[in-house]
Amino acid sequence: MIWLTWRQFRAQAWAALAVLAVIAIAFGVTGPHLAYLYDASGIPACHAHGDCATLATNFVNELKGLDAVVWFVSIGVLYLAPGLIGVFWGAPLVTRELEAGTFRLAWNQSVTRTRWIAVKLALVGLAAMAAVGLFSLMIAWWASPIDRATGLAASRNGASSVNRLAPLLFGASGVAPIGYAAFAFALGVTAGIVIRRTVPAMAITLAVFAAVQIVMPNWVRPHLITPAHVTTALNTANISQLSTDNNGQMTVTAAVHIPGAWVLSNQTINAAGQAFTGPATKACLSQTASIRACNASLGRLHLRQLVTYQPASRYWAFQWHETAIFLAVALLLAGFCVWWIRRRLS
Amino acid sequence: MTAVLEARGLGKRYGRLWALADCTLSIPPGHVAGLVGPNGAGKTTLLHMAVGLLQPTSGTIEVLGGQPAAGPAQLARVGFLAQDAPTYAGLSVADHLRLGAHLNPGWDARLAHDRIEALDLNPGQRAGKLSGGERAQLALTLAVAKRPELLILDEPVASLDPLARREFLQDLMEAVAEQQVSVVLSSHLVADLERVCDYLIVLTTGRVQVAGEVEDLLATHHLLTGPRRDPATLPASQHVISASHTDRQTTLLVRTDAPIHDPAWTVSQVGMEDLVLAYMSQAAGSRGRKPALEAQR
Repeated sequence: MIWLTWRQFRAQAWAALAVLAVIAIAFGVTGPHLAYLYDASGIPACHAHGDCATLATNFVNELKGLDAVVWFVSIGVLYLAPGLIGVFWGAPLVTRELEAGTFRLAWNQSVTRTRWIAVKLALVGLAAMAAVGLFSLMIAWWASPIDRATGLAASRNGASSVNRLAPLLFGASGVAPIGYAAFAFALGVTAGIVIRRTVPAMAITLAVFAAVQIVMPNWVRPHLITPAHVTTALNTANISQLSTDNNGQMTVTAAVHIPGAWVLSNQTINAAGQAFTGPATKACLSQTASIRACNASLGRLHLRQLVTYQPASRYWAFQWHETAIFLAVALLLAGFCVWWIRRRLS
Repeated sequence: MTAVLEARGLGKRYGRLWALADCTLSIPPGHVAGLVGPNGAGKTTLLHMAVGLLQPTSGTIEVLGGQPAAGPAQLARVGFLAQDAPTYAGLSVADHLRLGAHLNPGWDARLAHDRIEALDLNPGQRAGKLSGGERAQLALTLAVAKRPELLILDEPVASLDPLARREFLQDLMEAVAEQQVSVVLSSHLVADLERVCDYLIVLTTGRVQVAGEVEDLLATHHLLTGPRRDPATLPASQHVISASHTDRQTTLLVRTDAPIHDPAWTVSQVGMEDLVLAYMSQAAGSRGRKPALEAQR
């Protein structure tokens, strides 16, 4: 059964290897230059000078040319890879046998269907995990200067911090992609055997996987570990956003300085502990008063900044949590596939 | 001896439609059994249940005394050639033989190799590029070389041209003679079966109409021709399968174990084709199609 599975999967396996080889070459060519830029940026010695945040932010912002292209493309491809695996390896795994009628040939050899599907699931599923895992490892090596820099850089405002713990990069680093690959593959196979037609199964797989990739970082991942909170006096020098409206209300947001953290929310609260919405101070409403006067008037309000965040040190805890969840769901789906092939597909 | 196929009250329902209903059947070993019936009679359903591709809705089926597809051992004992002879289009002929060797502990590599050579198939050829006849032969090779005790063939020649049909059946008979396997094969064409079968099952509209050794069936069925007469007046031992009347003459196909002594009848031998057709039209009549036709006359 292993031979047949490999014989049917071989072309796809070579294609995946070819893609990995191309990526490896791109990384190999551009990697040393990136490492050189990092060394030259002054970040390695920044702790002595205390200017890490500035240097790191500059380093990330000044990434351009081939390095930036390779970075964005590889992250994009790593995000797409599990979905593509689900669509092109998972969904057709059983449906092409159903559509061509070859399952009647396969299921009448001296091998039970349970073994037939189990070997297929295990072999192709492990290959999918290995391919994506290898890819993630290569990115981790290549992008390590960037990861170090983003871990030091301060985010200018709460919502869009870019580091390996924040949603944009989290799913394209570490071991989580392995979980995604296993899940997407099992999802594809499941959609295939339930729907029994390749193209609709592919579409469903892609839609469900994309939905999960949106729901997970936005609504599930932040709650996997109870977030940390920190309240500090609002430093008016750090105000990044200030708006007033016609009703005399105002909102104020100050920048957050927690290196490498995934900031979930950044609230400005008043002395009573409630969200600050005004009333606006006269100095800030006035057309003629200076910004300094406005800031000074805010300082007199004794505002505080409440930040809810996940600290950088939790990166691996989140990675393992996420991987475990996706692997568990993948195993459940695989078990369902075996059951369905045994009981329902007859 | 254990029957190669034993069905009791076997039925399969798709939604509201019974593809096969209350099928009771026992095929003794050592035969080439032909399963004949019109399209949609339930032949494929019956055979798929025999190889475990379908689960019965009601009743039981045993093949060689075991539950179909119950385990590797049972799977190894039964060779199956599905309708339209599915093969992996992307795999070569040699790959298919390798597949057979890897998936069947009883694989006879020499037999498979010799057959492919005798059939003049190019081992490097992809199965998708083979003609329908060649594909059927390749699939049959896979089924035969696993050395089964029972070979089940579902419409093996339906998609073949007459020449390929003849060659395939000839080849099948040679394989059967060499290996002494029992065979159950289905067809909607009696002519195909006439050449090879020594056991016959007529299946129509989901029910078994008649089953038995061809020799016995031919010996117990007679075509009676005589002056016009009501079939109801025949002795109780004679079962009328089909009747046709002209103004003065009546032609009956009857089944009886006793000899026919009535001098009014001219008794003649009945052929397999006539026999099958008689049972098929009887089944069609019992569904109420015939009265409608008579009313039109």
